[in-house]
Amino acid sequence: MVRINVNGEERQVDVPEDMPLLWVLRDELNMTGTKFGCGIAQCGACTVHVDGTPTRACQTPVSMLTPDSKITTIEGVKGKAAQAVQAAWQKLDVVQCGYCQSGQIMSAIALLTDNQNPTDQDIDAAMDGNVCRCATYVRIRAAIKDAAQTMRA
Amino acid sequence: MLHHLIRHAAQNGFGEHGFPESGFAPGPLSAPSRRGFLKAIGVGAGALVIGAHLPMPALAAEAAPKIVGPADPRPHAFIIVAPDNTVTVLAKHLDKGQGIVTGLATIAAEELDADWSQVRGAFAPADQKLYANHFFGVQGTGGSTAVANSWDELRMAGAAARAMLVAAAAARWKVPAGEVTVSKGVVRHAASNRSLTFGELAEEAAKLPVPQQVKLKDKKDYVLIGKPDLHRLDHVSKTNGTAIFAMDIRRPGQVTAVLARSPRFGGTVKSVDDAAARKVPGVIDVVSLPVGVAVIAKNTWAAIKGREALTVTWDDAKAETRGTDAMLADYRKAAEKPGDVAAAKGDAEKAIADAKAKGGHVVEGEFVFPYLAHAPMEPLNAVVALNPEGGCTIWAGSQFQTVEQMVAAHILGCKPEQVKIETQWAGGSFGRRATPSADYIAEAVMIAKAYPKAPVHLVWTREDDIKGGRYRPLVLHKITAAVDAKGDLVGWKQRIVGQSFMAGTPFEAVMVKNGVDATMVEGASDMAYPVANLAVDAHTVASPVTTLWWRSVGHTHTAYAKEVMIDRLAKAAGKDPVAFRMEMLRDHPRLAGVLKLAAEKAGWGQPLPQGKGRGVAVHESFNTYVAHVADVSVDAKGQIKVDRVVVAVDCGEVVNPDIVKAQMEGGAGWGIGHALRDEITMTDGKVDQANFDSYLPMRMSDMPAVEVHIVPSHERPTGAGEPGVPTVAPAVANAVFSVTGQPLQTLPFSRGGIVS
Ligand code: FES
Ligand code: FES
Repeated sequence: MVRINVNGEERQVDVPEDMPLLWVLRDELNMTGTKFGCGIAQCGACTVHVDGTPTRACQTPVSMLTPDSKITTIEGVKGKAAQAVQAAWQKLDVVQCGYCQSGQIMSAIALLTDNQNPTDQDIDAAMDGNVCRCATYVRIRAAIKDAAQTMRA
Repeated sequence: MLHHLIRHAAQNGFGEHGFPESGFAPGPLSAPSRRGFLKAIGVGAGALVIGAHLPMPALAAEAAPKIVGPADPRPHAFIIVAPDNTVTVLAKHLDKGQGIVTGLATIAAEELDADWSQVRGAFAPADQKLYANHFFGVQGTGGSTAVANSWDELRMAGAAARAMLVAAAAARWKVPAGEVTVSKGVVRHAASNRSLTFGELAEEAAKLPVPQQVKLKDKKDYVLIGKPDLHRLDHVSKTNGTAIFAMDIRRPGQVTAVLARSPRFGGTVKSVDDAAARKVPGVIDVVSLPVGVAVIAKNTWAAIKGREALTVTWDDAKAETRGTDAMLADYRKAAEKPGDVAAAKGDAEKAIADAKAKGGHVVEGEFVFPYLAHAPMEPLNAVVALNPEGGCTIWAGSQFQTVEQMVAAHILGCKPEQVKIETQWAGGSFGRRATPSADYIAEAVMIAKAYPKAPVHLVWTREDDIKGGRYRPLVLHKITAAVDAKGDLVGWKQRIVGQSFMAGTPFEAVMVKNGVDATMVEGASDMAYPVANLAVDAHTVASPVTTLWWRSVGHTHTAYAKEVMIDRLAKAAGKDPVAFRMEMLRDHPRLAGVLKLAAEKAGWGQPLPQGKGRGVAVHESFNTYVAHVADVSVDAKGQIKVDRVVVAVDCGEVVNPDIVKAQMEGGAGWGIGHALRDEITMTDGKVDQANFDSYLPMRMSDMPAVEVHIVPSHERPTGAGEPGVPTVAPAVANAVFSVTGQPLQTLPFSRGGIVS
């Protein structure tokens, strides 16, 4: 049995130690908001926060986590940055297919939590690990700036 | 016509060639459906004719709105007005990000005079009789046809539903229907100051007959269509993780399967040692199928680990064992000889020789386009559950419902109607989810048949996807063209070598004419520039490597080759690239219109600083007209960066301008991303790339600023999903050419060392 803390709730799962957090979330806990895109930390679709740090769940074996590690997924993300980001995403209709967007939003929230006035270079650096095959990048950039402005106001 | 077409397709099946994966060989596709399919995927300007000539009363009946009470939650119809005051518009087309659920709902809601806040979208069930794409004769999405196809049908349905609500209110109030008005979801009688919501009238309206004649709105009265700030219906669920994709389906007891497929195209299973795989914790079963070896497990991780532990020996007797370099060498050899004629006008050979002799200029170019994967963000997957009464239910981002029903029915030995499809939001497709063989759906159904105990979720990993074929074909173009001494284009000779993905499918009889696959030469054989001497021919080469349409199909390479050649010819003629094109597009007002608009907005002709370049390209595809102007920086080391792209698009009446804009932004990213550094190559028949570490997707820092300008128009609406792709890469190439003088003729650009 592995004990983890997801969105503030303690969960117990009976899985092998090498199972990545991604599959624990999706297959064991039925939390499907976190997506599988590549499995090798190249696309960011599986991005969650572990103690606030954006983390690729597909390359995080559950054995690397402790029961104290605070895992936050798209289903449980809260706070000023989360609100500003999700509102900006909706205001600018960023999504196309939407499959990458949980990960994009998790990365954007982490960026804006640390930096409420990101430059284009900051955005490139924080978001380059998140692939969007629909290429919604123009709007992701605009939404991050919009959310940053909301947070500064 | 419509009834005939659907009936014919339903009775006669889908094609005579069958479906390779399933060995299914039904009867031929009816001639009208074939022609429809041909036109719909962009071949010939008449794509809209079938839809335009539908007899109106018949169409109204076909699209009859079902206004229902609570007892009938999901009728086969287009519009559901429910007592809870919601209006649900059923989309018969797949939404894979292009926003079609929103677009279709807008069309219906406009005529219904619904309030946008009460409108919902849902996917229609699989039912060829009710939901066939009128261009295909079968239910399916593709060729940027969705809006064009549903435009009349949903306006009629919306208007009919509105008339029924009005009639119900008039009856309740005992006033003439002519005195009843509808606005923003409220039905009113002004004289007596009474009003009712749609929900309050739903049950009474449901009992009334469906009107056979309805009056459609005047365009000037539109309140939803063309509105710039109408939000997408999926913009909330796709930002909080609640939108459900096929990948997210969790049926009770569901198991997960991954499939080991031959590493070489055309290989088959020779022998399997599954002892180690069966020992992996969580693995339930291993089954050998004609398409590979399936590992069935309690969860995805166990299935993947189980597959890693499999030892499969493959029989390569019929497999492709050449590498892409050897294939290309074979293509070049083929190109030495004349191919099958796709276009012949005047005498191109002579015109080119004359131009050369009389002070003109001859330009020659060889263009190489690599295999490309679609790599939709959501890897291919489907859940299949066998139904106790026979048949099955499929949960998938289904793009070709009728084909999938037929293929599944063949595998299971049931009737196509016994195959139910629950279409889900699709995480991208770019063409990949619609295959003439229903490939991944067929795999999932075969596994479910072999393991009937529980619903089966077949998951493709990204490696399966990148190595899995159905690529945009590897294509070679050889072009020789000439301008005369005055600088006029006088001769054009083009030879195209590539694989046909229509050959051997139900579409061959329509799509392959005189040995030429129309999708290989579209955009070339029908070149818009008026050249008196045109010769286009093609060689169709065979390989077990599977190929498929890929966002904008043949135009992905034909527009590129054409537009890069045009810039070289303009330079040879000493003319400005925009002026040279404008001269030639005098009889093409819509192409000239987008070209002029893009050039103006981009500041064409203004001087640029050192190291900056600007390039242009213009093209028609899927009855939509698009021009791109691209600005690039070229640094001292010769590395390029795309700074800005200006797009002008004319797609007729625009249902949702912001979604068209989004498609142009995404199309620009798609076109540039692949041109920069994407290719699928093979060594000894094995694919060299595996995942996003080697098939390198466009990322945030690659993305230029994109400015979109839409031509105002009341022409019939056409598509936007694909036409934003073809011209962006040649515009970038032409911008680089303007700085370096080197035409970019081998893709991706990284091959030429100008992209890191
Ligand atoms: S699935 Fe984890 S980074 Fe792609
Ligand atoms: S919205 Fe489709 S992959 Fe990003």
